[in-house]
Order: sequence, then structure tokens, then C-alpha cells
Amino acid sequence: MAKTDYDLVIIGAGPAGLTAGIYAARARMNVLLLEKAVPGGQILVTDWIENYPGFPEGISGFDLAEKMKTQAEELGLRIETLEVHSLNLSEELKEIVLKDKSITTKSLIIASGASPRTLGIGEDKFIGKGVSFCATCDAPFFKEKTLVAIGGGDTAVQEAIYLTKFAQKVYLVHRRDELRAAKILQERAFANDKIELVWDSIPTGIEGFFGVESVKIKNVKTNEEKTLKADGCFIWVGILPNTSFLNDAVETDEFGFIRSGANMQTSVPGVYAVGDVRNTPLRQIVTAVGDAAIAAVSAEHFIENA
Amino acid sequence: MTQNIIEIDDDSFEDKVLKSNKPVMVDFWAPWCGPCKAIAPTVDALEKEYGDKMTFVKVNVDENPIAPSKFGVQAIPTLIFFKNGEIADQITGMVAKEKLEETIQGIV
Repeated sequence: MAKTDYDLVIIGAGPAGLTAGIYAARARMNVLLLEKAVPGGQILVTDWIENYPGFPEGISGFDLAEKMKTQAEELGLRIETLEVHSLNLSEELKEIVLKDKSITTKSLIIASGASPRTLGIGEDKFIGKGVSFCATCDAPFFKEKTLVAIGGGDTAVQEAIYLTKFAQKVYLVHRRDELRAAKILQERAFANDKIELVWDSIPTGIEGFFGVESVKIKNVKTNEEKTLKADGCFIWVGILPNTSFLNDAVETDEFGFIRSGANMQTSVPGVYAVGDVRNTPLRQIVTAVGDAAIAAVSAEHFIENA
Repeated sequence: MTQNIIEIDDDSFEDKVLKSNKPVMVDFWAPWCGPCKAIAPTVDALEKEYGDKMTFVKVNVDENPIAPSKFGVQAIPTLIFFKNGEIADQITGMVAKEKLEETIQGIV
């Protein structure tokens, strides 16, 4: 095998990337983890996590991220704040192109995660001015205000409930007539006096002068349009994979998520994809860390057998 | 947590930020905001690198409601870059360190 800077490079320091780092560090691999912003990933914006085993009272996303990062670093994992610009991949050698240099590695784990999907209804100009994707960051700015939350999955329902700690009213707007969220979250939402479900409806526009003043919605069954007066709009309508650096270096599915198999290997031998960026039926912290453990061990085997 | 960044308040905002001769980056944060705590080491690193050309300060929005509301801050972390007393740029949320560096280089 060609001489390289590293045995393994991991892209992304969310739960998946940090777990891969923990396994690789314990295997004494020559490993580097690259993170473009800050370690933690999407759990940093999750107010409370209660489906990750070992924390019977639940744990804040920030605290869990800190614990994972500390654990990885104490085992000797090196984390660098660098953004990956592109990849040149072959079975023998993987080149990772950064801003000012390139590094080479024998194996690569892509754990770049995903970002919240936007609506494309002109919400961009209101980001930071009433439009938000992070309840734990921004909910306290809306004490006694009225908010619109959009979505019907776990994130939308969990975070809408969190919003009611501050807001006096939260419209939860969902395009279907039932929620996808876990039943326990649905029960809490239905029991919450401050949450008003708006079924079968999609947002069509956001209006306001300096900040958000109202959200326009349309009922998809009756086509009836309505304006909800609101001071803020929180959007949780799914995610898009973070793959801008990928440029078809590995195969993706029709939604852009990276295809990886049972041992997490992608279309390129020695390149693995784990966590939210992977085409997987479930995107949770527990599945991400499971993926990562498998990938790290697969990478170790790949190098040994090459 | 941020170690070297000066904490300022509503009372000192005008003196420390608007009347500063150097460009100033203001990090609006709060103790309950996980992402704010998460970006603190990045802001620290930027201060080390660009501290001679730009002043770095932070404002706790819980204790200081006036400055954030004056500049329409409704989300944190928000970083506002001031030059000659006016807003030169504004970044909300967790962004790549490279993006922050580009922004700073464009201002100083």
C-alpha cells in the first residue's frame, strides 16, 4: 500500500465521527478527524435527548457532545478545524483537498452529517430575524410571543414542545393529517395547551418588515389560504446531506445520501459513510454511533488486508 | 468557554464597540445556548490570530437586552462585525471557521 499521511481520516465531528475516532484511537491507528466548524454536529442544537441509553433523566445535546468529544480526545484523537473542499479517491490512496494543502490517507470515513432543509419560500432573509432552525438557541427571544413551527417529525414535535416554555402560543403546521413523531412526543404535544395543530397545511410565505410578522399557509386539501400572525417561525422539515465536497467521488442515492452497505463501505473500497450522511432507514444518535463503530473496524481490517 | 474575550454590557457598548477605532466583532451569546458555548473556542482562536487588527468582545443577551434588540438580534450565536460604528457584516449560527476568517479578512 502507498505511503500516506494517515491510516484513517474522518470527516465530521458529530456523534458518528467522534465515535469512529474513539474506536480508531483505541486501535492505535494513525487517525485525524477534520471538522469545519465545531465538534458536536446537529446534537448541539438539540435541547434535550432522552432516547440515548445511559442517561435515564435525559441529557442536553451540548453536554452529550462535550462528553463524546472529551472521551475521544482523552483517548488521543486529534481533531483539526479544517473544511474539506474535495476528494480524490482510489482503492490505494485517498487524497483530501483542504484550503491550503492536501492530505493523503489509506482509509476514509465520511461522517459529514446533514443540515436542516429549508422551505424556499423566502425565509432566507429572515434567518436570525425570526426564522430559526434551533429552538434551544432562539426560543428565549420569544417570551410570551406567538410562534409558528413547521414539520411533523420527531424534531419538529420535540422542539415545538420546547418552544412552549417561552412562547404563549405555538402553531404546529404539518402537511399531513397525522404526525410522524414518536408516540410519546405526540402525546405530549396533544396535551400541551399552548400548541395548536394546523393539519394538512404547508407554508407558502413569510412576511414582515424588520422581522417575521406573519406566516402564510395553505391547506393542501381545500386550497384555502390563511395568514397566521406570528413573531417567529421555526422550521423542521427534514434534512439534506452535507456532501458539497463529494463531487460524485462515491455513489449516492437519488436524494444525495451516500450509499454504504452492511460494513459501511461506499462504492470505493476503504471509504466508508456513517451517520446522517448515509442512506439509512433511521437517523438517530444511536444508529450513527453504531455505524461508526462498524466503519472504524472495517477500516482497520481494510488496511491490514491491503 | 471563551477565556480571552472581554465581556461587555449595554452600558459600555457604545464606548467599546461603536466608538472603537479598530473594527470590533461582537459575539452575542447566552449561557443556555449550547452552540454559543461550542463556538467559543473558535472565537478564541480567531482572537489569537486577528486580535491585533480587530477587537473581540462578547455580550450576554440575558443580562443585556438593549444592545441585542437595538441590532435586531433574535437568534444566537450571532456575530456582528462593526467598523467605524456601523455594521460591516453579520453571521448567525454555527459556521465554518474558514468562513469567519474570510469575513474578518474582508473587514480588517
